[in-house]
Amino acid sequence: MTWVLANLEQIWRLTLDHVALSVPPIILGFLIAVPLGWLAHRYRPSRGIVLTVSGLLYTIPGIALFLSLPVVLGTRILDPINVIVGMTIYAVALLARTAADAFDAVSNDVRQSSVAVGYGPIRRFFVVELPLAGPVLLSGLRVVSASTVSLVSIGSLIGVSSLGYFFLNGLNRRFPTEILTGIVGVIVIAVVFDLFLVLIGRVLLPWARDARPSARRGRRAVA
Amino acid sequence: MITFEGVSKRFPDGSVAVDDFSLTIPSRSTTVLVGSSGSGKTTLLRMINRMVDPTGGRILIDDEDVAGLEPVKLRRRIGYVMQNSGLLPHRTVIDNVATVPILEGVKKSVAHEQALRLLDTVGLDRGLAKRYPAQLSGGQQQRVGVARGLAVDPNILLMDEPFGAVDPLVRDELQQELLRIQRELSKTVVFVTHDIDEAFLLGDQVVILRTGGVIAQAGTPAEILANPADEFVASFIGADRGKRSLHVDAEHGDLARGERVLVDGTGRVVGILRDEPGIASSHGAASS
Amino acid sequence: MNSLLGALAWLTDPVNWSGSRGIPVRLLEHLGITGIAVLVAALIAVSLGLYIGHTGRLSFLVVSTTGALRALPTLGLLVLFALWLGIGLGPVIIVLVVLAIPPLLAGAYAGVESVDRSTIDAARAMGMTEWQILTRVEIPLGLPIIVGGLRSAVLQVVATATIAAYLPIGGLGRYIFDYLTLRRFEPVFAGAILVTLLALVLEGVFALLQRLAVPRGVRILQGSSAARGGIGRAERIQLAAGSLDGDAPPGPPGDRPDPVPAAPTSSHPTQ
Repeated sequence: MTWVLANLEQIWRLTLDHVALSVPPIILGFLIAVPLGWLAHRYRPSRGIVLTVSGLLYTIPGIALFLSLPVVLGTRILDPINVIVGMTIYAVALLARTAADAFDAVSNDVRQSSVAVGYGPIRRFFVVELPLAGPVLLSGLRVVSASTVSLVSIGSLIGVSSLGYFFLNGLNRRFPTEILTGIVGVIVIAVVFDLFLVLIGRVLLPWARDARPSARRGRRAVA
Repeated sequence: MITFEGVSKRFPDGSVAVDDFSLTIPSRSTTVLVGSSGSGKTTLLRMINRMVDPTGGRILIDDEDVAGLEPVKLRRRIGYVMQNSGLLPHRTVIDNVATVPILEGVKKSVAHEQALRLLDTVGLDRGLAKRYPAQLSGGQQQRVGVARGLAVDPNILLMDEPFGAVDPLVRDELQQELLRIQRELSKTVVFVTHDIDEAFLLGDQVVILRTGGVIAQAGTPAEILANPADEFVASFIGADRGKRSLHVDAEHGDLARGERVLVDGTGRVVGILRDEPGIASSHGAASS
Repeated sequence: MNSLLGALAWLTDPVNWSGSRGIPVRLLEHLGITGIAVLVAALIAVSLGLYIGHTGRLSFLVVSTTGALRALPTLGLLVLFALWLGIGLGPVIIVLVVLAIPPLLAGAYAGVESVDRSTIDAARAMGMTEWQILTRVEIPLGLPIIVGGLRSAVLQVVATATIAAYLPIGGLGRYIFDYLTLRRFEPVFAGAILVTLLALVLEGVFALLQRLAVPRGVRILQGSSAARGGIGRAERIQLAAGSLDGDAPPGPPGDRPDPVPAAPTSSHPTQ
């Protein structure tokens, strides 16, 4: 405890680093995955491609992905951008599939009736399909958020600053408190992000709060 | 003979499915339990092979209390046919039919030979033996279900709305098949349905149940039709709306050929009345 | 691109294919660690999952373990156990087992749970014992989803075993961590390529196994229900299972061309 108090400043700085590495992949992943998922849902041939490619990308071990990106992107090997891009790839890989399933799950009756009411395709997407796919997208986003926050810490293995630093430094100094501090920090960030996402869901998707038992189960699963 | 003696079933949530139910089901004949949902008819059926255990009273098969029998052993000597066939989707027709004999230690080749004969019994082509349930029509699946129920040559056959999910034409066909099989094999059949016409067609004894497993009336179809015990029964069998009182429509029909048109109390034309007694007695043709 | 060529040159150099630090040895180490961890985890988690799925008891365990472990940083867990128990294979295996349990548990549970209740009811009514119901009905019909859980677990463990090499123990990850500090990037990239290839090959093998695990009669069934465009009960269960497993994005829709049920199949985020 004394160590924690003595090092509050460093803990705070690394927490901010950790957050800075985690937030962009979650947001970018969502923005990229939703259109991809919609394409996969709308056009059958694209479905196989999107799902296969995302499945394969998802298979690549994290450390290997971080190390391969400089070769592909031409970045420096220890650049934080590698971690951000890598995590974004995972987020897209997971969310694209979720999004495809979420759009598939929108009742065809609702879709047909919105056509009948006279919505054009773009309006229909934003007014009908996206909101109705919302609860499933949200539960996918919560999974992405939790695993991103947890995974960012392995960036420390290639020298990218995050709470993961405490794991390696704690090991070198044979000091469990430091490692535990890192673990607790990661969990706290994950929980805060999750609460934030739940809150967004409450505001944007008020009708989904009690209507979907499966969504509620998902909520408990993360919390 | 199956005897229910003051049988009750109260579920853990406090709801009472059956209260103090007593009935004797004679051997080698068909008894139909008929009632709406909530009448406890399926619960009663499932108590016979201990899929459900009563919370009060006892059930005897040939004077032996089923509570003292090992459920698995008991179930293996009782045939059971259910609504959606309940066939194992990953096994072929012949393996489905032979399942219980093989569990009982019958050699596979013997069980398969026996299963093929059962397919004959239920009117299925032997060529279907190697198919999977998903490759059969609903009616064919139900026939396989009946064959499986008969596989251990049980004395008792329990049937839980076996024809409830097939379309009306196929249902008629399956009902006739069951009557034929029953004429050949004379099992003790306990049949559950909510369809009173089906009950009257198949049942030697028909038991009409109210909510909570209370017997409204039990008897042969003729007894019930002739003397509905009360308004509930009259309403259930349709007598109160005139469905069961038929009269000859004087204006139509070909009297010269001895044919007269029959109309029920609601004005619905229900069939032709002929003079020849032989034809008129096949009662399936006149009703429904 | 130079580093890629360098890595390829390193990979094709016969020197790196022999000896106690050679690629075959490291590969076997990696597979061995993965195999032991998944095996131990499967003994615990699959039997527990089958029990939970069959009896319906303790199902909260599935939800709570999958949820809680997702946010837990593996690297932190690895180093913490290494400090507590000493650096060596033991602590690493323990951590890998802990990681492999949730997907295996969820897969076994969801597999049994996906079997149509009326099929199980019929099996019981015809006189199958509970053990026979489990082994002859629930396991064969739930097998694709159970294998799906195995697939997630294997990929998770292969990826995590890579970073466990930091400690250092054996495995392909050694190429990454032994040379990263030396700033010799050819073997580092080569290690990354090897690990990726291993993961992709295993993914392919398990995808195939999962496909083969679908009983023939069920494949026909799914074909016909897909043709009707309906969503089957099993798929709806997977939808629910998907949301509790979390990693499996909410279940497949009825018109999915792929006949293999996809409950907890998608791999865990890789470490």
